[in-house]
Amino acid sequence: MPMKNPMVSSKDINKRPSFPMQVLVRKEIAAHIRSWRFIILILLIVLTFGASLYVSSMGLKDAVSNMRDPDQSFLYLKLLTTTDNSIPPFHVFLNFLAPLLGIALGFDAVNAEYNNGTLTRLLAQPIYRDNLLFAKFLAPLAVVGTLFVALVMLMIGGGLLGTGVRIEPQELLRILGFTLISVLYVAFWLSLSILLSIRFRQPATSALTAIGIWLFFTVFFPILVNLAIRPFLPNPNYISEQEYIGYNELILNLLRLSPSQLYSDATTTLLMPSVRSLGPISMEQMVGAIPSPLSFRESFLMVWPQVSGLSAAMMICFAWSYYIFMRREIRS
Amino acid sequence: MIIMKDPIIQLTGLTKSYGKVTAVDQLDLHIYPGEIFGLLGPNGAGKTTSILMMLGLTEPAAGTAYVCGYNATRNPIAVKRKVGYLPDNVGFYPDMTALENLCFIARLNGLSESDAQASAKDMLHVVGLEKEMHKKTGAFSRGMKQRLGLAEVLIKAPEVAILDEPTLGIDPKGVDEFLELIKQLSREHNLTVLLSSHHLHQVQRVCDRVGIFVGGKLLVEGSLESLAHNLQQQKGISTFITLDHGQSDTKRFEEALKTLPGLRNLTVNGLTIELKTDSDTTAMAVRMLVNNGADIVSVNRNDYQLDDIYNTYFENSITTDNAYEKSNGFFKRYQ
Repeated sequence: MPMKNPMVSSKDINKRPSFPMQVLVRKEIAAHIRSWRFIILILLIVLTFGASLYVSSMGLKDAVSNMRDPDQSFLYLKLLTTTDNSIPPFHVFLNFLAPLLGIALGFDAVNAEYNNGTLTRLLAQPIYRDNLLFAKFLAPLAVVGTLFVALVMLMIGGGLLGTGVRIEPQELLRILGFTLISVLYVAFWLSLSILLSIRFRQPATSALTAIGIWLFFTVFFPILVNLAIRPFLPNPNYISEQEYIGYNELILNLLRLSPSQLYSDATTTLLMPSVRSLGPISMEQMVGAIPSPLSFRESFLMVWPQVSGLSAAMMICFAWSYYIFMRREIRS
Repeated sequence: MIIMKDPIIQLTGLTKSYGKVTAVDQLDLHIYPGEIFGLLGPNGAGKTTSILMMLGLTEPAAGTAYVCGYNATRNPIAVKRKVGYLPDNVGFYPDMTALENLCFIARLNGLSESDAQASAKDMLHVVGLEKEMHKKTGAFSRGMKQRLGLAEVLIKAPEVAILDEPTLGIDPKGVDEFLELIKQLSREHNLTVLLSSHHLHQVQRVCDRVGIFVGGKLLVEGSLESLAHNLQQQKGISTFITLDHGQSDTKRFEEALKTLPGLRNLTVNGLTIELKTDSDTTAMAVRMLVNNGADIVSVNRNDYQLDDIYNTYFENSITTDNAYEKSNGFFKRYQ
């Protein structure tokens, strides 16, 4: 068989700088974009975004002209948060959908490669093992990030065209902050589902486990916290206001163990500039306070614990998956 | 013949255990540049584990593996740059075409996009998949996948190709073609090939040397001729002589044959005489019988084939075989 020196000599290969990470991420992104799973997810997100935007733009006139609302001048934030209660606003929707997005993009990240017999083949190439893991993590995030940024940009653009109202720099910052936190929230669920995809050999098992965890946090966790606290809770009529606030604070802090609570705290604060506390405030604290919006910096400082909590949870999941993946037997 | 240079694969005391089971036990093996080495053994003998240790994909419990001058455990990237590996159940991304799959691997090995395209196409020609270039690999048959796997091994221009059970699940004609291709590529590019298999008939034609690997131990290694020779030394040569009907008096012949030099065993079963001797004395035995008036209808001398070699070494291992069933218990726990 004639061979026109098809083998590039190994010297050439060594000379050229190689970026296996880039190649891996590109391949992952391509695989995600072409997959039906991702198309369905995009449709879902775009639909909810469109629906909530439609509802909010219907009620926009009332919301903006409501003089008693300190946030009334933030038209673009209103566009994201106003609702007539027929459907929830987008950030509440995302509280449910973002975990689904993260789980769907990560639940078979490693075990599908393993079951297809591609993992051994891939790791026999001159790449580091963690390159693969980073690519599995970064590629979906890049896709999700692009999706979210595109959506909010579309919203801002549409708002500019429709209303002609100038966007405040503060609003832009808040909306970008909201996007960033949403991506971070997806990143947490993604790293959790990657962890499960390494831990379990069957994609169905890891998907079910991830969905189980998601359901637990969204449905059962608040109920459980209530059940756990109620027996210890004295009758509110017989305790001082101080104690009452203390108990309230305790319940809230317990709820904040759930990532979805952290996310909703953070997004609510960022998207509603007048939110100045995430817990109960006593009358003494309220005295003299003018109901005015906070600056972006103040709002951001307020959600900083939530943001760091989410990042910490994400990093723990990722570090754990890193640990078990590096030492895993890769033979099938 | 093989010129003995420095070994390109050098395993010293390589050991790996999973829990209590020792999958690979003190493996010492030298493979020299340009040769085709066949690692033969039953399923679960530890062949794949040894190969994974050579690539630095599994950590050995003890011992060292040097491949192309690099320590595979400490410096796996350097080894993987020079070694192409075809796993036993090779798989590809089913949604990508053959060309895309190949390009992806070429890019991972540092080729630029255009170089990757060009050499991927060349490689597909070499392995005879040029017509299937734009087909998704999800629709590929096992044989086609093996060919694509071989193309992928070759695209990185390796010094060593490690093929794990490359003939598994291919039809006989496909096996012939595949092995011929491997042999040809090895000769043309001075490629060192390490082939693992449990199919002797298939492998014996292409291997310069074989090693027989049972229960994590390398029992014997060498060229096929030398293995057969050793076995002859050990077991002697059997000759079967069948006499014509009406030769009732076989006692007479027995007496004569007992004078044969190096006779180990003589059995007479009706009209068939079976001789076991140290060296080949078939001609002498026939002459003796003829001189004694025997009418011979058939003479059969048995040559030692790889099969006999294999059976000799493996028949003892059947009882222990179960313990090494790919260490299945260990993996199943994690499913």
